[in-house]
Amino acid sequence: MRRRAPRNRRAVFAAVAMAGALALTACGANEDEGSNDKSQVEVFSWWTGPGEADGLKAMQADFEKKNPGTKFVNAAIAGGSGTQAKAVLASRLQNRKPPDSFQGHAGAELLDYIKAGQIEPLDDFYQQNNLTSVYPQQLIDQITYQGKIYSVPVNIHRSNVLWYNPGILKDAGISAPPASIAEFITALKAVKEKTKKVPLSLGAQWTADHLLENVLLGDLGTDAYNALWKPGADWSTPAVTKALNDFAEIMRYTTLEAASTDWQGAAKAVVDGKAAFNIMGDWAYGYFVGSAPNGLGKKLDTDFKYAAAPGTEGTYMWLSDSFTLPKSAPHRAGALAWLKEVSSKEGQDLFNPKKGSIPARKDADKSLYTGYLKDAFEQWNSPNIKLAGSFWHGVNANNKWHTDIDTAVGLFLQNKDAAKLQQALVSAAKNSGL
Amino acid sequence: MKFRRSRKWLPGLLLLSPSIVAIGLFVYGLIFWNTRVALSGKHDEVSEYGFDKGKNFVDLWDQPSWPGAVQNALVFTAVFVVGALVLGAFLAFLMDKGIRGEASFRVIYLFPMAVSFIASGVVWRWLMNPAPPERAVGFNQLFDKLHLGALANSWWQDPTWGMAAMALPAIWQMSGYVMALYLAGFRSVPEELREAARVDGASEWKVYRYVVFPQLRPITLSALIILGHISLKVFDLIMAIAGKQIVTYVPAVATFVEIFDRHDPANGATIATYLLVAVAVLVIPYLVWSVRGERSR
Repeated sequence: MRRRAPRNRRAVFAAVAMAGALALTACGANEDEGSNDKSQVEVFSWWTGPGEADGLKAMQADFEKKNPGTKFVNAAIAGGSGTQAKAVLASRLQNRKPPDSFQGHAGAELLDYIKAGQIEPLDDFYQQNNLTSVYPQQLIDQITYQGKIYSVPVNIHRSNVLWYNPGILKDAGISAPPASIAEFITALKAVKEKTKKVPLSLGAQWTADHLLENVLLGDLGTDAYNALWKPGADWSTPAVTKALNDFAEIMRYTTLEAASTDWQGAAKAVVDGKAAFNIMGDWAYGYFVGSAPNGLGKKLDTDFKYAAAPGTEGTYMWLSDSFTLPKSAPHRAGALAWLKEVSSKEGQDLFNPKKGSIPARKDADKSLYTGYLKDAFEQWNSPNIKLAGSFWHGVNANNKWHTDIDTAVGLFLQNKDAAKLQQALVSAAKNSGL
Repeated sequence: MKFRRSRKWLPGLLLLSPSIVAIGLFVYGLIFWNTRVALSGKHDEVSEYGFDKGKNFVDLWDQPSWPGAVQNALVFTAVFVVGALVLGAFLAFLMDKGIRGEASFRVIYLFPMAVSFIASGVVWRWLMNPAPPERAVGFNQLFDKLHLGALANSWWQDPTWGMAAMALPAIWQMSGYVMALYLAGFRSVPEELREAARVDGASEWKVYRYVVFPQLRPITLSALIILGHISLKVFDLIMAIAGKQIVTYVPAVATFVEIFDRHDPANGATIATYLLVAVAVLVIPYLVWSVRGERSR
């Protein structure tokens, strides 16, 4: 008995000491609210995929050159369209441990953060850096909420792009890319009957959401499409019914294994000569032409071609990646330096050619944008272009509406019932709380 | 001499207190908080909590994705639990019959348990790809090469029975563990009992059916409970293989979607409460039973 006593006491000491140490570290973590801390910047994004990761790296290098005292911490989380990243972000914001700046799609997607008071308005930042004059006025209008701007757009993407394999189209006897939804369905049928290829490649559930917004835009036209996202909009019209029936018809020509692939796999099927068509945002371009290992090293015109998604010529269905300033960001000065980088001409010109997007600024260096991007650059800046917001990529539906449409589409993929889909979309619009 | 008496229990209490505090806070505290949120009307980040009288628990059944999630969880649980139990018992039976190099087989069958669902899920996602023959990979390609094309199927992407395929990786992963449980059980049955049965003319099958297995009821029960609660809250496996798609929607994924994607904490907490109740229905009778067993010993 006597020999065991000291051991017990030591164990008690150890336990008490450990509890004390835990308590100390718990206190220490929240100590510095140093808003002028520029020692580092933690940038949260979902740019881990081919193309976009290179763009982020290029912008990071430029940032580190301009801000030698600031350590850049890349807190990127994988997953197309940011589905995983947004969950991690939500819990960090709830715990009041925000990153110094986080990526968010400009538009209604940020509404929950704004309403919860989790991000700061950036009007002062815009004024100090003269940004209101370098961004297009319509973009500024779209991202302004109750008179204030909450994010800094770094790029513009286009959602309504049809990628196609010219060889397969030739085999199927299709001379030009389809210009309307009706022509599109005819073309899909021709591919199915005359070749052994997949008519339209599709990926996981969210790529069906992406396809849906394109079919809606193509069938309804820009004005009617935009009207769908206004408060109190009517989703039960015969025009929507027709669009959803077309959507159901188009879905019959898609890949069986869609749910097993993300957008990269679906897009790759086109340039690899396995599928005729794919409707995906123009981030696919950077992935197609980029060099290995992150890109596929394919050539425009020989391996693949593009057109506006059927029925959407003359409309730019836009989305924009933007960065924010979270309230009580641990390194606020670092975050502001990062926002300055993403809003700068150099930053945007380094990032965008790699990502396969065009700069949100009007004064970017046009010569850097070749191939598809040259075309996109001209279209975006053309005075006649009509704008539509991409619902799936956060422009015009808040998170609740967005998720409810996703659920409706997911159920549709199971039961293939267009009437039920319309019912679900009607109630999703009603319940959105917009 | 009060001091001396406290010396008896004080060190023990001090040693345990960090874990008592941690469990109180992070398990029971959070269960309380979760239930509180589930009973509230906090359907977005900014609204007040309030008290909703359990309205969420009823309304949930009107959500279009919820009945499917429950059905998926039930199919998954049935296939996974029965599959892992049968396969585990069968493997243990083979081991018990005296196999050469038993130790290495034991390790081989137990190994999958050491792999995380997230890691193995990536492999299984590829193995269970439903592409038709010309683009087939994984199992479907294997079947095609072996001229067993008829066996190729759509795996977890089948709207009705997809969750049965989703249970395959889980069975693969957990059957080794069930095997270890049963093997220990088999070994604890005295050889004399089997001998006696054999002397009475029982076939080997009957020895197991009437002598060995009846004594393994406690082991079957604990395996059932462990597998059952794993399968009710399955999340990582689904996320690794399918992500958040309706075809493989289960309650745990629904919790995640409600809280993080829809920004609806009350709905997410409601689903989490349902999950807790479902698991408790399994675990609490087991705990009561095992505590009673210990007392009577």
